[in-house]
Amino acid sequence: MENQNNVRNEIIRRSGVNPRKCMKCGKCSGTCPAYDEMEYHPHQFVSMVESGDIEPLLNSKSIYRCLTCFACVDRCPRGVEPAKLIEAVRLTAVRKQGENHLKADDIPALLDDDLPQQAIVSAFRKYTK
Amino acid sequence: MKVSYFPGCTLKTKAKILDEYARKCAEVLGVTLEEIENWQCCGGVFTTSSDEVATKLSSVRALLSAKEKNQPLVSVCSACHNVLKQTNAQIKDETNGISRAVNNYIAPEEYHGETQVLHYLELLRDVIGFDKIKEKVVNPLTGKKIAAYYGCLLLRPGKVLAMDDVENPTIMEDFIRAIGAEPVIYSYRNECCGGYIALESKDLAKAKSSRVIENAKINGAEAIVTACPLCKYNLEKNGCSDLPVIYLTELLATALGIKE
Repeated sequence: MENQNNVRNEIIRRSGVNPRKCMKCGKCSGTCPAYDEMEYHPHQFVSMVESGDIEPLLNSKSIYRCLTCFACVDRCPRGVEPAKLIEAVRLTAVRKQGENHLKADDIPALLDDDLPQQAIVSAFRKYTK
Repeated sequence: MKVSYFPGCTLKTKAKILDEYARKCAEVLGVTLEEIENWQCCGGVFTTSSDEVATKLSSVRALLSAKEKNQPLVSVCSACHNVLKQTNAQIKDETNGISRAVNNYIAPEEYHGETQVLHYLELLRDVIGFDKIKEKVVNPLTGKKIAAYYGCLLLRPGKVLAMDDVENPTIMEDFIRAIGAEPVIYSYRNECCGGYIALESKDLAKAKSSRVIENAKINGAEAIVTACPLCKYNLEKNGCSDLPVIYLTELLATALGIKE
């Protein structure tokens, strides 16, 4: 429990987000382009991090679905900036040794003739440490 | 006038025409884009976490190079521009710890956010001026209905990028008018195309890109214009667009008579 609490505090510190500012209007999730493929949605990240319920988030594919499009950041009426919280959770997961979500060896199979390099570098930056 | 120029990885590979026409058009409009020497890839997406230091260094080196020449730093790819501008704002803010950590890396040089970061569209609007562009148009795209696609990275987060109103932007529509065409306003012009999720979930990228195309079509668009190679890829490949998706510099080059 103490460890969970440390992880929670570290995620909050790194993200710079204050989850207590959230008034649970759900606008972040309503505007999220990845909503349909997330089992935990942006507003749930905010409330679950606040309550220290981190483990399910760390093990969820939702952290790899956030596109960092900043829609939730700009549209939150309370300035909570959920994307920053999701990123801090994702970093907690991928920074563990051997937990890279994308490996260089995976790349050739994902390529097609038109795929821009930008897609690969962006995915690497988000999924890999 | 000379400005520093950060092309970015994709403009050297899959999006060469975005780069080529950016340079040629700027030249015709009286601005030389001077490519930064030995620039490094920006990483494609900005890392928001307050302990992400190394991922900021490529941007900081580019910003520093522009500072030394006392020039603004221009990029045309939406992603590069987003990363450069957000990094610049973060370094400028001396309170967050990143600034000090980054300066430790680049010592003895110093950087504190002095460089002005401009997107190519801002160069057109604020430095050159859409009126001047209008005068230089030799091949106006009269009657052509063009939908501007902003996507996510060109405008957001609004308070940092400060380019336009994030929900009701006009910069690309004003550009479209300047080259003689007619802008089409539609619902999904500033919603995400799916970005790099194309690698992880084709279905999601297809869903996001298709709704952009469909909505642009319903509103009468004959073509879509974008600044971002990944948007172009998603709209064409995953949105299966039967509308042409054109880079903004390509469109400008057509209007200026540089491109056949």
